[in-house]
Amino acid sequence: MEAEIRLRVDGTTHTLRVDTRTSLLDALRDRLGNTSPKKGCDHGQCGSCTVLLDGRRITSCLALAVSHDGAEVTTADGLAPGDTLHPVQRAFLDQDAFQCGYCTPGQVCSVVGMLAEATDGRPSHVTGELTGPVQLTDEEIRERLSGNLCRCGAYVNIVAAVRQTLAEEAP
Amino acid sequence: MTGTPPPAPAESGRPRERLDGPAKVAGRAPYAYEQPVEDPLFLFPVRSTIARGRVRWVDTEEAEAVPGVVAVLTHLNAPRLASRDDLELWVLQDDEVRHHGQFVGAVIAGTPEVARHAASLVKVEYQREWHDVVLRADHPERYRPDHVNPSFDTDTSHGDVDGALADAAATVDQTYRTPVQHHVPMEPHTTVVRWPGAADLGAVAMYDSNQGVSPIRKVLAPLLDLDPEQLWIHSPHVGGAFGSKASPKAHHVLTALAARLVPGRPVKCALTRQQMFGNAGHRTPTIQRVRLGADRRGRLTAIAHDVVEHTARFKEFAEQTAVATRTMYAAEHRRTTHRLVPLDVPAPVIMRAPGEAPGMFALESAMDELAVALGMDPVELRIRNEPDADPESGLPFSTRHLARCLREGATRFGWADRPPAGQGRRDGDWLVGVGMAASTYPLFPQQGSRARIRALPDGRRQVEIAASDLGTGTWTALTQIAADALAVPAEAVDLVIGDSALPATVGAGGSSGLSIWGTTVVAAARAFRDRHGDDPPAGAEVVGELPENTAVGRYALHAFGAQFAEVRVDAVTGEIRVPRMVGVFDVGRVINPRTARSQLMGGMTMGLSMALHEESVVDPRFGHVVNGDYAGYHIPTNADVGDIDVSWLDEPDPLYNPMGSKGIGEIGIVGTAAAVANAVWHATGVRVRDVPITPDRLLGRHR
Ligand code: FES
Ligand code: FES
Repeated sequence: MEAEIRLRVDGTTHTLRVDTRTSLLDALRDRLGNTSPKKGCDHGQCGSCTVLLDGRRITSCLALAVSHDGAEVTTADGLAPGDTLHPVQRAFLDQDAFQCGYCTPGQVCSVVGMLAEATDGRPSHVTGELTGPVQLTDEEIRERLSGNLCRCGAYVNIVAAVRQTLAEEAP
Repeated sequence: MTGTPPPAPAESGRPRERLDGPAKVAGRAPYAYEQPVEDPLFLFPVRSTIARGRVRWVDTEEAEAVPGVVAVLTHLNAPRLASRDDLELWVLQDDEVRHHGQFVGAVIAGTPEVARHAASLVKVEYQREWHDVVLRADHPERYRPDHVNPSFDTDTSHGDVDGALADAAATVDQTYRTPVQHHVPMEPHTTVVRWPGAADLGAVAMYDSNQGVSPIRKVLAPLLDLDPEQLWIHSPHVGGAFGSKASPKAHHVLTALAARLVPGRPVKCALTRQQMFGNAGHRTPTIQRVRLGADRRGRLTAIAHDVVEHTARFKEFAEQTAVATRTMYAAEHRRTTHRLVPLDVPAPVIMRAPGEAPGMFALESAMDELAVALGMDPVELRIRNEPDADPESGLPFSTRHLARCLREGATRFGWADRPPAGQGRRDGDWLVGVGMAASTYPLFPQQGSRARIRALPDGRRQVEIAASDLGTGTWTALTQIAADALAVPAEAVDLVIGDSALPATVGAGGSSGLSIWGTTVVAAARAFRDRHGDDPPAGAEVVGELPENTAVGRYALHAFGAQFAEVRVDAVTGEIRVPRMVGVFDVGRVINPRTARSQLMGGMTMGLSMALHEESVVDPRFGHVVNGDYAGYHIPTNADVGDIDVSWLDEPDPLYNPMGSKGIGEIGIVGTAAAVANAVWHATGVRVRDVPITPDRLLGRHR
């Protein structure tokens, strides 16, 4: 079965017919040719496919394309219009927060989404005080990014990249 | 190799940012599946559900009837291959099933959804035969291989180990075990193959994720009955490999066979994460008995390391698990052995530090036990047993700075402040302990490598070599080596790698990639400058060849390192945390400190993973991996990793290569698991001799 949907991806609107079994990830990669989000597991276990869906981070392999008709999707590609990298991407480069780079677009989107969640005051598993502003300690950063696996083992530098981003944002 | 002496390196040693970095952080660097191809078809394999037997019949009718299906392949209709030498690659050529998950068919279709669905409709009936997938030390089929990977002696023996053990003041005699492990690179094995259409005369095109286009082509071209130049392989970016993408696998062959049926249409195959546990290689499990004997002052008198591990019944791979033990410590009486048990499992392959990673877990755990038996500082015990020359060959070491690594690591870690042996420290519910281990990794000699250097019209230099970047930083570090060798700024070098049309070279592996490619590029650069000077005309070109390494055979060439770890064990839940690790390495000159630090840290992270997380559980009834995905096969998450302090001695080793670098891909994983296990003992008093160390191993047993 097929259905027609509309997706706004990195600022461009697409209308496409998809097999109703098509994941959002496959729609992006196989149908729209946006291969910035990666497929590491297709089961919501690794985070390589993380994109921002209407501003929130999701694993796009677990989303069916048809259930997101009309959605606004931002990939790591869209975070860097032209050649201007997003501050989080710049920090990943500065801190060498990756090796093979396959988990990286997902990590970057996850960090962007995570920073917004923290700003909104959303607690995590390790947050002590559930109300009030969130302090992004190293423990908080590590916890909040644990949905994004990195087999190359770049975690130490990923945490450093988040710290750099936070320091740059600080007033 | 005469001519102008190279100028002082301006680039080597500089922490240059990854040249492929901007593309990678935006997701714009195309991996194999992402290469632009026109009008692709999608392949989904059908895999055997038995471990051994025969395919009695296959019913493809229902699958073929699904709209969008282009073809269903089985052994009955698959094109023929040219060589039966490697049964792992003997895909769909007969009805025999040699392991669970073996490809017994495939569907190609217009969309991935249709291919996958149709593959589930292919009915296969088997004639099941008795199988065995369980490694036992006393297995009746156990045998002695002719050599171990790649060409080491299977066994060694010097002196009288049993006699020396009987006379020793302190002894250790323990058995250590490591499980089946999988590489699980984040990018699954992927290949896209286009067989030329009737009207076009081009080569077979393969966009692939691999560790070296040249070695992959060398095997695949003759198997597919092609001349080398009839097979073009492109692999510029690889999403991790760790040994699993070093050699061709069955999915390469399966996809090529499928592509042959649909000339002119590219066929895309990306293994699923679950398929990666049966069709992408694994590390053999090991059972290792280690015996050590020492005199009262801690001088080793006897070292014995006897290993039993598995291989596939249909293809031998003998991991060199005890080989590092031959070189580590001085002792008059020594012996090492390797035995294999042939099982009905997929073919084991190299995985990051094959041999050293499991072998040094055992040896370095045993050394810790010996230190306890002697009442000695384990750092001191190792320093006291430093050999003057390689114990095995008698050759002098090119450089061996293990003692300095141990001392510097101890200082950086704060080893002197640790609580006494066996007493750990308590912090609330947490039992805190520290441990250490030594690391080593040898030079892996390779031959056959060429590079081309060409002057471009704008004065830049193009450097061409079929090298690969698996995340290892090749794009950047090899550019830096070329810049120094050509005496031009790195910005004036255009490096081209990852393509079989370039001069052929070795694959990434054995921590030798950058060493071999760099040596080749340096040789080519010298020849280029000799012939064309430093102001060459546009189009000036030279092809250089890897010179023989004359130090091999005259020196023992090894990298070394020291690893320290702190662990915290929750006395109530058994949860194990590793808040900090320190690694100090003797790896020669470091070409790019930024990428090198990442690679060593990645190795240590994988070692931590080996200590606490990784284990593939094989179901003896069916022969498959039960926990075959990221939810079941655990690797560390961000929250599992604490601080990792990586450093190295600045000690170039000119006998390794002209850059003075020793290679860093693997040494980071060597010894880490022992350091963690030794720290667990220090914290809890529980000696765990098989990894992974899970909480259940400690609960109710700790002090
Ligand atoms: S591919 Fe979506 S979580 Fe792994
Ligand atoms: S950089 Fe390779 S998996 Fe994260």
